[in-house]
Amino acid sequence: MAKSKAARKSGETMKMKSSREMVVQGMDDEDEEELQCALADDIISASEDEGGSDDERKHCKLLEAISSLGGKKRKKLTERSEASIQVSEFTVNAEGEGDKINLSDLIGTLDKTPSALIKTKKQLKNLQHNQSTLETPLTRKETERIQREVAFEKTSKEVSRWQSVVLQNQKAEQLVFPLNQEPSGPKRIEQVVAGWKAQTPLEQEIFSLLRMNKQPLHDPVLTPTEEASLRAMSLEEAKIRRAELQKARVLQSYYEAKAKRERKIKSKKYHRVQKKVMRKEYLKQFDEMVKTDPAAALEELKKMELSRMKERMSLKHQNSGKWAKSKAIMAKYDDGARKAMQKQLEVNKDLTLKLVIPADEDEEDEEESAETLPDFVNDAEHILDQVNPWMRGKLSTDPMVQEESNRLDPPVVRPRELGTPGEGRDDQEEDEEQMEETEEEALLRGFEERRKLRQTEDVEVAPMSMEENDDGKKAEILEISDDNEEAVEISDDEEAVEISDDEAGLSKFTSLFHGLVNNHMEPPADQPKAGPGVGQGESPALLEEGLVRVRTLEDVELLSQDVSASDPAPLTTTQTPGTEETDTQSATQQADKKRKRKKMIDPNEVLTKEAKVIKMPLAPTAVEDVEGKEEQRVIIKEAFAGDDVISDFLKDKRKQEEAGRPKVIDLTLPGWGEWGGLGLQPSRSKRKRFRVKVAPPPPRQDQKLPNIIISEKRDSSIAAHQVCQLPFPFENPTQFERTIRSPVGRTWNTQNTVQKITAPKVVTQLGAIIEPIAREYLIKDNRQAVTGPSINLESDQGPQKKRRSQQKKKHKRKKN
Amino acid sequence: MKVKVLSRNPDDYVRETKLDIQRVPRNYDPSLHPFEVPREYTRALNATKLERVFAKPFLASLDGHRDGVNCMAKHPKSLSTMLSGSCDGELKVWNLTKRECVRTLQAHEGFVRGMVVRFCGTSFFTVGDDKTIKQWKMETPGYGEEEEPLNTILGKSVFTSIDHHQKEGVFVTCGQQVDIWDEQRSSPIRSFSWGVDSFSCVRFNPVETELLASCASDRSIVLYDMREATPLKKVIMNMRSNTLCWNPMEAYNFTCSNEDYNLYTYDMRYLDKPFTVHMDHVSAVLDVDYSPTGKEFVSASFDKTIRIFPKDSGHSREVYHTKRMQHVISIKWSSDNKYILSASDEMNIRLWKANAAEKLGLVRQTVLFLSFTSSVRTSSNLQVPGIKSNVMKERWISEQCRMLTINR
Repeated sequence: MAKSKAARKSGETMKMKSSREMVVQGMDDEDEEELQCALADDIISASEDEGGSDDERKHCKLLEAISSLGGKKRKKLTERSEASIQVSEFTVNAEGEGDKINLSDLIGTLDKTPSALIKTKKQLKNLQHNQSTLETPLTRKETERIQREVAFEKTSKEVSRWQSVVLQNQKAEQLVFPLNQEPSGPKRIEQVVAGWKAQTPLEQEIFSLLRMNKQPLHDPVLTPTEEASLRAMSLEEAKIRRAELQKARVLQSYYEAKAKRERKIKSKKYHRVQKKVMRKEYLKQFDEMVKTDPAAALEELKKMELSRMKERMSLKHQNSGKWAKSKAIMAKYDDGARKAMQKQLEVNKDLTLKLVIPADEDEEDEEESAETLPDFVNDAEHILDQVNPWMRGKLSTDPMVQEESNRLDPPVVRPRELGTPGEGRDDQEEDEEQMEETEEEALLRGFEERRKLRQTEDVEVAPMSMEENDDGKKAEILEISDDNEEAVEISDDEEAVEISDDEAGLSKFTSLFHGLVNNHMEPPADQPKAGPGVGQGESPALLEEGLVRVRTLEDVELLSQDVSASDPAPLTTTQTPGTEETDTQSATQQADKKRKRKKMIDPNEVLTKEAKVIKMPLAPTAVEDVEGKEEQRVIIKEAFAGDDVISDFLKDKRKQEEAGRPKVIDLTLPGWGEWGGLGLQPSRSKRKRFRVKVAPPPPRQDQKLPNIIISEKRDSSIAAHQVCQLPFPFENPTQFERTIRSPVGRTWNTQNTVQKITAPKVVTQLGAIIEPIAREYLIKDNRQAVTGPSINLESDQGPQKKRRSQQKKKHKRKKN
Repeated sequence: MKVKVLSRNPDDYVRETKLDIQRVPRNYDPSLHPFEVPREYTRALNATKLERVFAKPFLASLDGHRDGVNCMAKHPKSLSTMLSGSCDGELKVWNLTKRECVRTLQAHEGFVRGMVVRFCGTSFFTVGDDKTIKQWKMETPGYGEEEEPLNTILGKSVFTSIDHHQKEGVFVTCGQQVDIWDEQRSSPIRSFSWGVDSFSCVRFNPVETELLASCASDRSIVLYDMREATPLKKVIMNMRSNTLCWNPMEAYNFTCSNEDYNLYTYDMRYLDKPFTVHMDHVSAVLDVDYSPTGKEFVSASFDKTIRIFPKDSGHSREVYHTKRMQHVISIKWSSDNKYILSASDEMNIRLWKANAAEKLGLVRQTVLFLSFTSSVRTSSNLQVPGIKSNVMKERWISEQCRMLTINR
């Protein structure tokens, strides 16, 4: 009871509160003073309510006061004391129904979760930055159209699966309907018996036995195990396998015998030599293993470690045994004994020597590498092919370098190369391992590119000298390349910013920058190389456009420092990376970098320009479109300059007319009825007599049509017997003619052939219902052609020939 | 007076010596001893002529309806059963082997517009002018029982056609819109409409059973997929198509019978151009049905003829007509590929052979040379009495088209 009362009270307080809020909303209803009071303290607001009894009100006040003391506002659980719709099963109280909810009420909850607030703030900020408005949704008509299109595509694709079946049925020599007919003839006994069940107890027992032994019930040829074995291996395979096994067994026995023999040899020297050889081999193997299979090598190392531990535990080789003691006595006098003892100690030393585990080494090295830089960085660039970027990648294949790069390898560093801007994105998607590899390469390439950067920088520094030699064109090209560089820089800056977020990769980054610094300090061995390289002409500059280095923001800064620092003496001083000067310098820079990193970098600050698409060099190879078209036309004109189509046509027509004109047939035979011989012509009268004139043909159809040639070859009397279009399966007229030429009748063919040729294309059964083709047919048809052999028009051998060839084959088989 | 006397040259039969072989007189006339091609040609020609001679396609006429027969339905399981509905709302079930009506019932008030037998063959659906869909039992009610539909659905508008799904309990009707119904429900499970036209025919694809096609009165053919929310595609033709039929062996081909005297075979994937145009009718084509082998189809026309077309040929291979047959309204090809049923205006249903010259029943072995038929003109030169000439037809069509363009 008490509980419920309390609950009701709390409900009332809630009511009061809500009423107060209403007051807040409707300022004009209540006195402002009172309102302020109400705002100042909850208790007062409670007292203002005039409805409730005093005691209860006081109690409420007390409760309120207590709750406010607690600091955190507790959620008031409402209890359902009477049946009402407004009480929700959640803690939400619906008593203030009809009240409006202010935005401030909702925001109030945010105070409790500051992190969420920050998040939303961030989101809001992002939204403000993103000023692009959303596109208006498509109209219903348009969406429907799109839906229709998509659906139609889908169904047409689905329906297209039938294409092969339809084509096959069209090409089939004979189709027998209904399609899914069962093969005629006697069925196998197993198929017939399939429905039969064992009924008598004897039968059941037999079947249970058979089933237990996995004996086949329906197809009594092979057991499943037999079938499985058959499926697993063919006979030849099995033979090969057996031979292999045999060989292995023989070898094993041979080695066993050998080992036995060797064990029986008593010579100590022999065994010692043998051991030495073994050890050497083992070492060799181990070295190889390190290269090929590091995991196994580690295991081996662990074994060695174990043996070391055992050695340290035992007193073996410590010269504490009986033999050692005896030797110790002798050692004073006997040189051999001394040597033997020393050997013992050496063995001990060898065995107890702590192994260097590569992992530890790596760490140490890494620490070192923070100060010292890999040598190869400062090596003069070993350029095999100046133009080919892939040749430069070769560097990474060097194992030495790889190790070093392994040590350097920063896991977060993005590949930062130009010319392959998509690669960075690809890398994100790749696996971690691949990532590492690419990172190594990228790092190396980064070094390379930085070196090249320096080269081009040098070029930029000394354009004056260039201009003296070359015309303005080259300078222009250089400018263009500069532009490109800028564009690249900007896009790269973004990446740099991304990188800056990850603090983990920072140290590695710094080491990278060391490399950069050193590059700039580097002996200018290849500087002169670069100078002439560019000076030679535009081609190298143009070609290298693709691989212009990537510059980060830091790079630029560094460069400015570097130029000031190293500009005066790049040609004279040759500094090695190990020197202290560079160390200190780099150390300070490193510190600077670190400080910088820790600040948040606002992309808006960094990005002065929007990222541009990399411009293509203005090489003269590209020809403008309009010009190209003009040129094309000119070329065509030139190519067909000699052609006079009209006159050709006229000539053609005249020729045809000539050909169509009837010719006088001369049938005169010299020597008949008069003298004949060389130089003698038959008499005029005779010629006149034996010349046959043919009646002129009807006038040509195109006689009065100067622009048309109508062929007179078509004979309408024959055309009546010709087909107007090629029948379906034939692809060209010759095929069709070949088939139509061969006779069909009995007079020229054997009975079988006639039957085969005149077989109907469609065979149906009287009284058999032909169902529409079923989907199962589609599946079946994908596997095999059901409808029988299709016409093979390509082979021109008739059925007889086929039979003959078959017979020949048979003969061959017999011979075999 | 000159007397003609049979005379022989002794050189032809007298031996030079006694040792010579006896001379056999032989006629070298090439017209009597032709080479193989001409000889085969004559054989083929004769065969074709004989085929025409033997062509006796008409088998029976089923009479009993008291008004024009408007629609027919095949029984999917029984070849001998056929249903027909007439313009006075009467429905008859026929036994084809006995050639008699086995059951008559008054299905609707007004026309029986469409009819379809359920795939199992136990019941059938009818739609009529009284805006109802009725489901009936196939069995004849027993003695004393009343003819009552199993199920009646009242629609909002007149249904013009009905078709049933091949395997599921789903059927489709069309009228002002295309509705897909579940047999268990009294309201459509899906309705398709594209524009505000009335439809004259709707058909399920027998192969890809979820596909539908319908003919609308705005001269269009609309394709649907039962599973999709919207229609798939629409093709608008020059004139209205009356009915269409899917090829039962080729999932994507269908043929529609058009008002412009032609039939058009379409590949549903490429609707911008008909696959083949089948011409020969000289009046509007009212109905079309495919043979169950999918190789041919038969069309019924307002010109009082039935024509059989190979599915990829532009002209018919056969035309059936009789003196008394009026406008053929409905046509069906029996599902054993042997018979054709036509229902016409003058209250009769006619049974035809699908292959006119085929002898049904006991057949003696005869070999007919048909390979030349493509070049033999006789077979395609079928004379149909009392129909408009082609010139007339062309003129009529051009006029119709002109009217259409004016009206548009």
